[in-house]
Amino acid sequence: MAWVALQMLYGDRAKYFGLVFGVMFATLLMAQQTSIFVSLMQRTSSQVTSVREADIWVMDPRVQYYDEPEPMPATDLDRVRGVPGVTWAVPYFRGLTNVRAPGGLLNQVFLLGLDDASLIGGPQRMILGSVEDLRRPDAIIIDRAGHEFIWPGEPLAIGRQIEMNDRTATIVGISEADAPFTTFPIVHTRYTNALKFAAGGRNRMSYILARSDGDASAVARRVADVTGLQARTSADFAWQTIRYYLARTGIPVNFGITVTLGFIVGAAIVGQTFYIFVLENMKQFGALKAIGVTNTTLAGMVLLQGAVVALVGYGLGVGLSAGFFAATDGVTALRGFSMPWQIMVGTAAAVLMIMVLSIFASLRRVMVLDPAIVFRG
Amino acid sequence: MLAVSCRQVVKEFGEGQTRVRVLHGVDLEIPAGELTMLVGPSGCGKTTLISIIAGILSFESGTVELFGQDLSQLKSADLVRFRRRTLGFIFQQYNLLPALSAAENAAVPLLAAGMARSAAVGKARDLLARLGLGEHLGKLPNQLSGGQQQRVAIARALVHEPKLIVCDEPTAALDAGSGQTVMGLLRDAAVAADRGVIVVTHDNRIYRYADRIAEMSDGRITSVDTPQHQKVA
Repeated sequence: MAWVALQMLYGDRAKYFGLVFGVMFATLLMAQQTSIFVSLMQRTSSQVTSVREADIWVMDPRVQYYDEPEPMPATDLDRVRGVPGVTWAVPYFRGLTNVRAPGGLLNQVFLLGLDDASLIGGPQRMILGSVEDLRRPDAIIIDRAGHEFIWPGEPLAIGRQIEMNDRTATIVGISEADAPFTTFPIVHTRYTNALKFAAGGRNRMSYILARSDGDASAVARRVADVTGLQARTSADFAWQTIRYYLARTGIPVNFGITVTLGFIVGAAIVGQTFYIFVLENMKQFGALKAIGVTNTTLAGMVLLQGAVVALVGYGLGVGLSAGFFAATDGVTALRGFSMPWQIMVGTAAAVLMIMVLSIFASLRRVMVLDPAIVFRG
Repeated sequence: MLAVSCRQVVKEFGEGQTRVRVLHGVDLEIPAGELTMLVGPSGCGKTTLISIIAGILSFESGTVELFGQDLSQLKSADLVRFRRRTLGFIFQQYNLLPALSAAENAAVPLLAAGMARSAAVGKARDLLARLGLGEHLGKLPNQLSGGQQQRVAIARALVHEPKLIVCDEPTAALDAGSGQTVMGLLRDAAVAADRGVIVVTHDNRIYRYADRIAEMSDGRITSVDTPQHQKVA
């Protein structure tokens, strides 16, 4: 009877397409919007997670998230280095400064200052040049997106000079940096250069990057206890930053509303259409019941019809969502946006819930259907 | 051999003060090998009675036996299985599945019994060809005339070789000519020595196809006679 159920479903093309469209629409909206939301939240902490060498971030106790560091005195670095379990610790500068580029646009940039000796925290992927080139005088590495923002339409090139804080810097490399929450270019330089390129007061050290000799969480707790500074594992600090944006911005609410609307509208379209589909087939179900088709078989038929609608609609919706991310892969402003598998699973669960709600209402009518209905004209 | 035996069947609808008795102790015997028509004015209880005989409506008291099987002794699941094996249905509005072809519609009872699709449809095609629909096997119901649809319904009722055929106003939606053709086919194809056929109808133009006519009035059988002796309303 599975074949009969499918023929009944495909036979009513308008409703079949309506049902599939409903599920597809809900899937697309939920998967695509949730993916953008997650990608956006990942961007807020991308500059933390992109520093692979360190597993502990040390900072002023008042720091709430990555983008708002509180400068610390240089002496704090030695205190951290003295904590048992800390293999090494290096200074890290994070600031904002304006770039003046001859022939280019004025732009505000993230300026990241790396330890002069080790260059720890440098870009992971280089397009032109190498991280070691930062050892040259007044050298900076700019990310590809930043280059495009400052010199739109021009080919990537090293050797250009720009001004920051009335100082001249030379581009020695182009990196492919993880996109930050805002679209500011990312400029890496040595720590001592960073202090020149950005205006500031006496204390300039934004963070201390450290490596533990084993259990990063335990060492981080020890650093905090010993120094009175705030110390977090990289993962903890990334989540702390994400949580800040979740709590302090309207982003989750806005995306939440869109995703919820996707669920509600999808459920309404699918629920109503499926209910009408079953209702219009009530005589046929009655005839099948009279002929001797059991309630279990009828339930199986309705479930199969719902499952097919869910699978086809979900497949199309997820496919369209994936297509969106594939199509926008080369768009600089959307770099790093993708659809994680967890969202595909979550969306599948939401679609399953929509179909269960839709089928439940319809199935009840079929189960209590009096087969004698077929003898009533 | 009796196909159907009803004794003192009582049926009521509604609750409390709105409760209405629609069958008042009906006694009826339908022999196998004959076509019996159940006639009477609207609201007299014909449809209720065949629904009970078909095992798709419960009743308050009395006994209904089909080929010696007391329906009230069957549990719900057993009753469904019994219905699937023993009964064939022909409805006033055909109730064909609009997405299935004529052959596929006729094969539904075999599919419900678990037969493989190709075998079931093959058997249905043979039967439809015998009923004169050999050129319309692949057509959908909306591509067939009312008479042709009812012939598909007859094939659906016969394809699994049931022992009792229950027909509800099989000619009501047909013009006179088609009605006669359908009844002729039904009589030729359905009536067999070991099978009973019961037809509920208002259409006195088809009385001549009956071996026996049972007349109902106000929830009671008032007469059972041959068509020759039946008073035409």
